[in-house]
This record gives sequence, C-alpha cells and structure tokens, in this order.
Amino acid sequence: MFGNTTLTQFLFGRLTFEAIPYHEPILVVTFIAVALGGLALLALITKYRLWGYLWREWFTSVDHKKIGIMYVVLALVMLLRGFADAIMMRLQQAIAFGGNEGYLNPHHYDQIFTAHGVIMIFFMAMPFVTGLMNFVVPLQIGARDVSFPFLNNFSFWMTTAGAIIIMMSLFVGEFARTGWLAYPPLSGADYSPGVGVDYYIWGLQVAGVGTTLSGINLIATIVKMRAPGMTFMKMPVFTWTSLCTNVLIVATFPILTATLALLSLDRYAGTNFFTNDLGGNPMMYVNLIWIWGHPEVYILVLPAFGIFSEVVATFCGKRLFGYASMVYATCVIMILSYIVWLHHFFTMGSGASVNAFFGITTMIISIPTGAKMFNWLFTMYRGRIRYEVPMYWTVGFMVTFVIGGMTGVMLAIPPADFVLHNSLFLIAHFHNVIIGGVVFGLMAGIVYWWPKAFGYKLDPFWGKVSFWFWLIGFYVAFMPLYVLGLMGVTRRVSQFEDPSLQIWFVIAAFGAVLIACGIGSFIIQLVVSFLKRDQLRETTGDPWDGRTLEWSTSSPPPDYNFAFTPVVHDHDSWYDMKSRGYERPMTGFKPIHMPKNTGTGVILAGISVVFAFAMIWYIWWLALVSFIALIATAIGHTFNYDRDFHIPAETVTATEDARSRLLAERT
Amino acid sequence: MSETQVQTGHPEAEKPQFYLTEDHHPEGSTMLGFWLYLMSDCLIFAVLFATHGVLGRNYAAGPSPADLFDLPIVALNTAMLLFSSITYGFAMLQMERGDKVATLFWLAVTGVFGAIFLGLELYEFSHLIHEGAGPTRSAFLSSFFTLVGTHGLHVTFGIIWLITLMAQVAKRGLIPENRRRLMCLSMFWHFLDVVWIGVFSFVYLMGVLG
Amino acid sequence: MTPQLKFAGRLFALLALTALSGCNLVVMSPSGDIARQQADLIVVATVLMLIIIVPVIFLTLFFAWRYRGSNISAPYDPEWHHSTRLEVIIWSAPLAIIIALGAVTWISTHKLDPYRPLDRLDAQRAVTPETKPITVEVVALDWKWLFFYPEYGIATVNEMAAPVDVPINFKITASSVMNSFYVPALAGMIYAMPGMETKLHAVINKAGEYEGLSANYSGDGFSHMRFKFHGLDQSGFDQWVARVKQNGTALNRDAYLKLEKPSAKEPVRYYASVEDGLYRAVLNMCATPGKMCMEEMMHIDLMGGAGTESHENRARLEHDNRHAGEAAHGTPAPAATFPATGNPARSPEPAEGVNNPQQPQSQNEPQGQSMNHDMHNMQGDTPGNAPGGSQGSAAPAQLNNDTPAKP
Repeated sequence: MFGNTTLTQFLFGRLTFEAIPYHEPILVVTFIAVALGGLALLALITKYRLWGYLWREWFTSVDHKKIGIMYVVLALVMLLRGFADAIMMRLQQAIAFGGNEGYLNPHHYDQIFTAHGVIMIFFMAMPFVTGLMNFVVPLQIGARDVSFPFLNNFSFWMTTAGAIIIMMSLFVGEFARTGWLAYPPLSGADYSPGVGVDYYIWGLQVAGVGTTLSGINLIATIVKMRAPGMTFMKMPVFTWTSLCTNVLIVATFPILTATLALLSLDRYAGTNFFTNDLGGNPMMYVNLIWIWGHPEVYILVLPAFGIFSEVVATFCGKRLFGYASMVYATCVIMILSYIVWLHHFFTMGSGASVNAFFGITTMIISIPTGAKMFNWLFTMYRGRIRYEVPMYWTVGFMVTFVIGGMTGVMLAIPPADFVLHNSLFLIAHFHNVIIGGVVFGLMAGIVYWWPKAFGYKLDPFWGKVSFWFWLIGFYVAFMPLYVLGLMGVTRRVSQFEDPSLQIWFVIAAFGAVLIACGIGSFIIQLVVSFLKRDQLRETTGDPWDGRTLEWSTSSPPPDYNFAFTPVVHDHDSWYDMKSRGYERPMTGFKPIHMPKNTGTGVILAGISVVFAFAMIWYIWWLALVSFIALIATAIGHTFNYDRDFHIPAETVTATEDARSRLLAERT
Repeated sequence: MSETQVQTGHPEAEKPQFYLTEDHHPEGSTMLGFWLYLMSDCLIFAVLFATHGVLGRNYAAGPSPADLFDLPIVALNTAMLLFSSITYGFAMLQMERGDKVATLFWLAVTGVFGAIFLGLELYEFSHLIHEGAGPTRSAFLSSFFTLVGTHGLHVTFGIIWLITLMAQVAKRGLIPENRRRLMCLSMFWHFLDVVWIGVFSFVYLMGVLG
Repeated sequence: MTPQLKFAGRLFALLALTALSGCNLVVMSPSGDIARQQADLIVVATVLMLIIIVPVIFLTLFFAWRYRGSNISAPYDPEWHHSTRLEVIIWSAPLAIIIALGAVTWISTHKLDPYRPLDRLDAQRAVTPETKPITVEVVALDWKWLFFYPEYGIATVNEMAAPVDVPINFKITASSVMNSFYVPALAGMIYAMPGMETKLHAVINKAGEYEGLSANYSGDGFSHMRFKFHGLDQSGFDQWVARVKQNGTALNRDAYLKLEKPSAKEPVRYYASVEDGLYRAVLNMCATPGKMCMEEMMHIDLMGGAGTESHENRARLEHDNRHAGEAAHGTPAPAATFPATGNPARSPEPAEGVNNPQQPQSQNEPQGQSMNHDMHNMQGDTPGNAPGGSQGSAAPAQLNNDTPAKP
C-alpha cells in the first residue's frame, strides 16, 4: 500500500481525483457546457474535414495576417471567459447582504476576481492588441511580413499555451486566490499552498515568452521593414503607437518574468525573496510588479490611441490634426510611464516627498494625453464626419475616457488616494479607462479593419446596437461603483453588512447585463455579417476611403501583401497616392520570396503546456522529460535550413489580374 | 522617390514614383532583433542585481559574503570566462577568413573554458550548500544564488548552443546563415561576459570588501 | 447619434446628483479632521480638472454634431491639420492645470502625511503642547483586528474607541500578510505589514459609531475583517475603558498565539491587561517562543552577520508557518529549536551584537524595525513613550531568549 502511494505520487505528483472540483455544482455545469460545446466544435471540424485545412492554412501559418486574426479569436474567446467571471462577481455582490452569503463562498469568489483580472489583462486585452498590431502594422508600412515570421507563429502559440494553462485551472485544481498581482506573502508557499498561484505563475510565464518575443519582432519589423520613403515622421500614427507599445513590452515584460521567477523560487525552492522569513522583503515584489504593471497599462492603451487616430482621420475625411505633437505625446507617455509606478501603493507609507514625486509625475502624463485628446477634437473640427460604427466608438471613447482620466488624476494625489485606494472608486476608475479606452478602441479597430481582413464589412445595425449597449451598460455598471467608493466600500469583498449599499450593486449588476447584451450584439453582428457577406462584400480594398497603405491592397490582401513594394511620400500615403493619380501596376510581376509555414511553434507551445502542468502538479519526471523535449525540438528546428520559397510570377500575375477584373466590374 | 517631387495640393503635378518595380530587400533585422533580445535579457539581470542590491545585506543572522566567498577561486573563474570571450573572438576572426576547421577549433576551446567556468561555479555552490549557506538560508543567499545561478544557466545554454552551432558549421560550412548565427552567439557570449564583470564587482568584490 | 450621447451624459449627471445628495458618502462627509481635509482635496482637484474636462466633453459633442456628414453648411477643410497657436494652447492648458494641481499635491502630501503628528484638531483649533494624544497599536491578524492601548494597559479585538478631539497616534503592523487599516470616517488608509510598522495620525471630531475595515485583500476571511470604531466623549471613553477592564481577560502570549490563528467573524473581545512588550514582540515577529526578533536579526546583520556557524538561527527566523507551524504553540515545534526552557539560545560563542540574556524584556525601543521601509522610524521616536524606559540604540533585547516573563 505504501509503495503504491509513493508510486502514485511519483507518477502524478500532487494531482489526485480530489483536484477535480466535482463537488462544485457551478463548475460541473460549466464543465459540461464547455465539454459539450468543445465536442460539438470538434465534431463540426471533423465533419467538414477542416483539420487539414486548419493545420496547413492557420495553425502552422507564418503569415502575419492569419496570426493576427488568430490572436483576435483567442482574445474574443477569453473575453467571454473573463466576462463570465465579471457577471458572477456582480451577481454575488448584488445579493450577498446582511447575512446572506450569496451563492459563492470566499474560496470560489476569490478565485473569480483573480481570474477575471488576469484573463482580461493578459489573455483578452494583450492578445487583442497584439493581434491588431500584427495584422495591421506590416500592411501599414508596406512590408510583406514581419521580420521574424516563425517567431511570430511561436509567440502566438505561447500566448495561447498560457491561456490554456489558465483555463485548465478551472477544471483541474483551482486558480490563485490572491488578486491579479499575487502580492506576497499571501501568494507565498505558506499562505497559498495549493496549485492556484502556480497556475498563475506558469500561465503568465509561458504567455510572457510569447509577448516579449512578439514585441521584439514588431520593433524589428517597424524599424527595419518600412517601405522606402517612409521616414519615422511619415509613419502612420497606429504604427507609431505600436512601436512605442512594443518598446514598452520589451522593456517591461522581462521585469515581470524575473519577478514571477523569484516568486516561483520562493514557492518551489524555499528561497526568501518575498517571505517574512529570513530577511525577505515582500515590499520589493510590490515595487517590481508595478514597475512592469504601470507601463502595462500604456502597452494596452497606446495602440487604442493609435486606432482612434486612424479612425478619426479617416471618417472625418481629414488629415490628423497635429501629427507631430501626436507622435511626441506618444513618446512622452512611453517614457513617463516608467516613473510613476509607486502611485499604486502610496498607502505603503513611503515618505511624503516620495509620494508627492510619484503623484506629480503621474499627473504630468495627463498633459500629453490631454494633448492627444485635443488633437482628435481638432481633427473633427472642419471635418465631414461619416458616422460609421468605428466613429461611434471613437466619440464614445472621447467622452468616457476624459472622465476616467479625471478620476485617475484624483487618485494620483496621495492624500486623496489614501481614502480612494483599493476602494470601488479605484475599480470604477480603471474600468473607465480600460473599457472606455482600450476596449472601445479595440472594438473600433475590429470594425474598421474587418473588411480588410475578410473582404466584407460588418453589419452596421448590429454594430450600433452593440455600441449603445456597451456605452450605456458601461455607465450603468461603473458609475455606481464610483459612488460606492465614496461610501467607503473597498474591493474584493464578497459579503456586505450594510443593506443600504445593495441598491447600488443591483444597478451595477444591471449595467453588467447591458454590457452582456453589448457582447451578445457583437457576436450577432459577426454572425449576421457572415451570413450577409455577399451583400456586405467590398471589392475595392478601400471601403472607408482610407488614408494609409493597408487600404491600397486588396481585401483580403494576398499572401504577399503588395505585389510591388510601395514608395511613400507622406504619412497619409494612400491618400497621397489617390490624390496624385496613382495607377495600379498591371504587369511586370516578379516571383516573390516568402517564408514557409512550420509546425514547430505549435509543437513547442504544446510541450510548454505539458511542462507547465507537470511543474504545477509536482510531476517531476514529466517536467524533466518535457523540458528536454522542448530543448530538443528547438535545436532540431535550427537544423532546418529550408525555410522559404518563391511565389512564382505567374501566381502573382493571376492574383493581381483577378483583382483587376473585380475592380473593373465595379466601375 | 526623392522629396523634391512631392507637391501636395497639386494633383496635376508630375506623378512621383509610387512603387518599386525592382525587388525590394529590406536590410536584415536579425542583428537588431538579437540586440533587442539581449536588452530584454539584460533587464532580467537588472532585476536580479536590484534584488541583490536590496537584499544583499539581509543575512538573517547568518553568514555574510566575507564569511563565505573565496575570492581567488572567483578570480580564476572570471579569468576563465574572459579567456573564453577572447577565444570566441579568435573563432570569429577565423570565420571571417573562411577557415572552417580553425573556427571549429576555437569554438571548441571557448566551450572548454565555458565548461571550466561552470565547473568552478558548481564547486563553489556545492561548497556553500555544504557549509549550510544554501539559497534558503537568508535573503542575501537567495539573491546571490539566483543572480549567479541565472548567469550560470545562461552560460549552460550558451554551451548547448555552441555545440549545436559547431555541428551545423561542421555539416554545412560557413554559409551565410551559419555566419549570422555565429555572430548572434558571439554577442550572447560577450554579453554574458559583461554581466559577469558586474557580478564579480558588485556581488563578490563589494560584498567582501564593501 | 448626438441626442443619444447627450442622453448618456444626462444620465451620468443624474447619477452624480443623486449620489451627492442621497446616500451616506462617508468619504466626502467624514467626521475626522484628516479625512475632512482629504475630502476637500478631492473636491478641489475635481473642480480644477472640470475646468478642462467640461469644455472637452462639450466640444467633443458639439463638433461631433456640427461637423456630421449631413451638415453640408459646415465648413470642410480636409488639408487643415496644423495650427501653432492651437498647439500651444493644447499643450499649455493641461500644463497649467497640472502645475496648479502639482502644487496642491506637493503641499497637501506633506501636510497630510500620515506619519506627521497632527498640528490641528480641526479647522479652528490647533494642537497645543498640553494636548495629550493617545496611542493605539494596531495589529492586523488573520482575519480580525487587535488593538493595544499602551497608556491604559488594555487591548481589544474588532472594536476600537477613541475620545473625540484627541489626536490618535496609530502604530500599525500585521501578523502574517498585508492588510490595510482603514476607517473611512476618520482618515485615509495605510498598509499593515508583517514585521514592519506603519503610522497614522488622526483625530475624530464627532462622537458616533463608524465602520473600520481592512482595505487590502488578505485571504479567505477578508470580507469580514471589519470592526466598529467608536468616537466617544471623554467620559464615555473612560467608561469604555472601565468596561474593558471590568469585562476583559488577560492577554498574554499564550492568549495571543491562540488569537493569532486564522479565524473569521471573530466577536468583539476585551482584554483587561496585556503582557508587557507583547506588541513589540508581535511587531518583531517573535511572539512565538523561540523565535528571534526582527530587530535582533537586523542588528546582527548590520554588524556583518553571524558567521557560518549560525545554523540554529535559521529555524528561529521562519515565521511563515500558518500551516506547518500549527503545532508550534504548546509543544515545542521543530522550528522553535530553543523554546522557553532556558536552554542556550545559540551556539556557545554568540556573534557580535547578540544580546546578553539577562537583559529584561521590553526594555528597548524598537529600532529600525521597518526594514528598508522608510525613514520615519529610523530617527523619529526612538526615545519616548514606551513604558519602562528606553535604552536607545543599545543592542536590542532578544525578547524570547529567556523564560517568557509573566508580569
């Protein structure tokens, strides 16, 4: 019997049947739903014989456009998971009053708010942003792909692997109960002995590899692969914001990686970085994590700013007002975002001068941000605004975001922060900027670039329905939280005593339902548009009368993006080309040199999932085997020198001729 | 294509060139990309150095650097790593001359020096752990082992990479791809050298003397 | 779209209005002078920012309506994209606001620094040299609050009281993980962290019963980590103290170690007497017999460590033992190598800086227990208000070295 136990322990580490949460009815139902849905999906893919297609054309693809689309798909799937968590929290807080414990015990509730934060930031917003950058940036700079196409595929799969690890925690074991930044000592081995924090660490570490590499890739792409003539000050604004975002990624994600590595050493090896024991210092973790964490906010919001800049110029039919100051503002924000991290913990008791310094640097960020806001405003001035869906999101953003900015500056004043910190006011503030800034921007971006990616527009009616639900839902859901914050209600509380608070939570829950309708309408929009794709088809490649290079090619663009590399004279280069009588080249096509697809990225990411799982459950033999497999596969990959091919000139000619016919039919 | 041709506001003006008819070859991005990677790696070390800066004197009523470090061994260790950098330089010179065998020889020498470095480091570690001064003894020792150990892990991966590259050079010769890879590994190897100089001065010297 | 946008704006205004008039916005209408000033600061900052926010929102909606595509009469200038004058305004308007706010921030951050002793009771009354503050030592436990009143020799759990218009000097620490001490009606929050001491100075100006809570998530029982804060007039406070003394039990180490164990929804408890030096032992994480105090450890570290022959110190410095150390109390746990048995506490030759065991407990002031944390403690209160006198910066006592002294 004893020998049996040791063998089981050797084989399965600390993984036992007890790890399956079959006694949690909510999770069982979720599991059944997910399993049925997953099985149905797999059955459909099998029925329509799509496995080969998916593997060849998508999973192994090194085409930046397909990888970008896959990132966005990942982000949307994770949005649903993260939002399900949000709804559960809102429901719990709306009913758990005066002795009613609600339907979630603390054990479950604490996992949910942690998962909500982690998923929304790392696996919704990040892949969404990365996906759009991946798709758009090479097109905007007139390149055929990114600098390192294989790395791009690998990065995507590592991000997905991280998401899979986080999702596994739902059905095998548990997730962290520490809050999304896992402050020690609470997240240390002694106070969180289970697998939750380990899921958190490994999910983020695996995804972090992908994020960092994709950041390096996009910087190299933007710096080295721009079309001739496109100097830095002629780059489209979205490309600029992408550049700054990726600089931030490369300059901060290693800090996260290192910090989480130290935390995992504390948990696995018994070191004393962040413990109360033996000279450890938990405050150092808080500093380190926010040195990453604050720039992370700008990593998310800068590309959204870029999207709004593109959208507002396009739909106002006007050059962006103050291009140069927009660029400088972006760079200033990028730099300043490094010297504000302490404002996340004024209440830790640093001296008044330190707090005041970080408070003021934080406020300074609002100057370039304000300048940007004015730039968008004056782009609208003397424009001729076409109210397509992306423009709705933009105006909604401008109104909402300034409110979030204002509450942000309030939080930046240390003495005010002492009463607002960790309160629901803070929660309302960052949802105000993240939903009002990032999510609105991403929604605008999706609607804006969808026709480029798929060749048909999204249905505008459902787009507008979605927008209004989101906008009103946002206000209904989060304005009560501002009020509650001023009533002294703090975050992460699962049960309340004061019954007079309940009405506000009920309103907030109703707002969350409205947002759910917004998400629902968005999904309906995708389905309806797909069904009506022939009516919504656009054949010009330039559905919005765009201004930047991505609109000069067909929709969807050919694998090689541009048959001939464009030459750029202006930052609104496609507008410039159109207004100066650009004629599309019809002849003289040459073979185009392209990278080959490879399955190595999928395999490496798959092994990483196994490795992470083994580490989480202390299955040491499996960890060792998978680690060796990881190294061996990576080395094996480097022995493959045959990585590219040429698209023959005839294929290019045929593709371009087909497009010419389409364009001719139209006129 | 030149700037002078741009005359906005005059659509009738002579049309500038809007696309290249010849194949466009952007400069290679590998070196830039690798530099960026090195800088991100450098940040990991920066965090570990900063951690050591904060925790480096938290001995937890235990041993301090002066009690533990054997500077002559560390100096020897440093010399090994510096030598390996020089020999890697020789390998690169041979690569420039196109001498495959000499390149492989110097790479092998580099690998041996790297392995000696690792061996000495492991000896030092085992000695410390044997003395009861393992990474779990105090925050100072945690940060010490992590910083030095992370560097050692990098050297280990450098050696694995070196062996891989030697196999590839032996198999395919000094083709452009392999030259590029040798160049990357060269940057990586020298980078580790620079980091080690930081470790040697800030952790060992200032620990013992400061 | 604009009418609908306006509707959204109106909805917001409506919400804001109901909020301001209706419910109990304790943060905006507090009863303590510090919180009062913090609330005023919020109002000032909001008004300053509204100077720029309101025009921006207005202009956004106005431009969005005025330059709509269907409005052919509005001017359309597709090439207009630069105006130096406008750019100057764009950058300088926010700059001006931020300069003003920055000045406010710098001044108010120093004036309302929680570490700074009060200089006024409220807007009218200054603190005079005769004003005698009371000290409250706060410990965040899993998951309840423990309050020591060193001047009265009492302690309470999950209930706190203070006389109206008397400055309160809080000294705050935690036993295991981070919490945040927050009484919204009284003053802003400050983290409570294990092995470290944070400070807060505040005063309550109005009698009443207020909510206190932990504002930083700390685990399972966090939601119920609440207490009542009673602002009482002087006689009421004296009665409260008398009641605690009358109904309370004794808080010695044993009782503390029992109390320290994780538990939620603890009822209010009174302690009529407190073992000497208990708060300092908690702060230094050496309430458990056999543990080395943080201040001793830091002193040894400052002196260059204890050499290689110091293995036994290790177990004495392991504090994170919520689970492993359940047995630590009562029977000597493996961690507590040298429990209160009079055994030699360390190797025969103690390293430099180790105290002599004869030194009685609780004689030394904490020194620098907020490691790496902030400077306030370092210089501030070394000699001062500890009962039993201070030996300044002499080698600190190793509180647990000898038999636990029972006063």
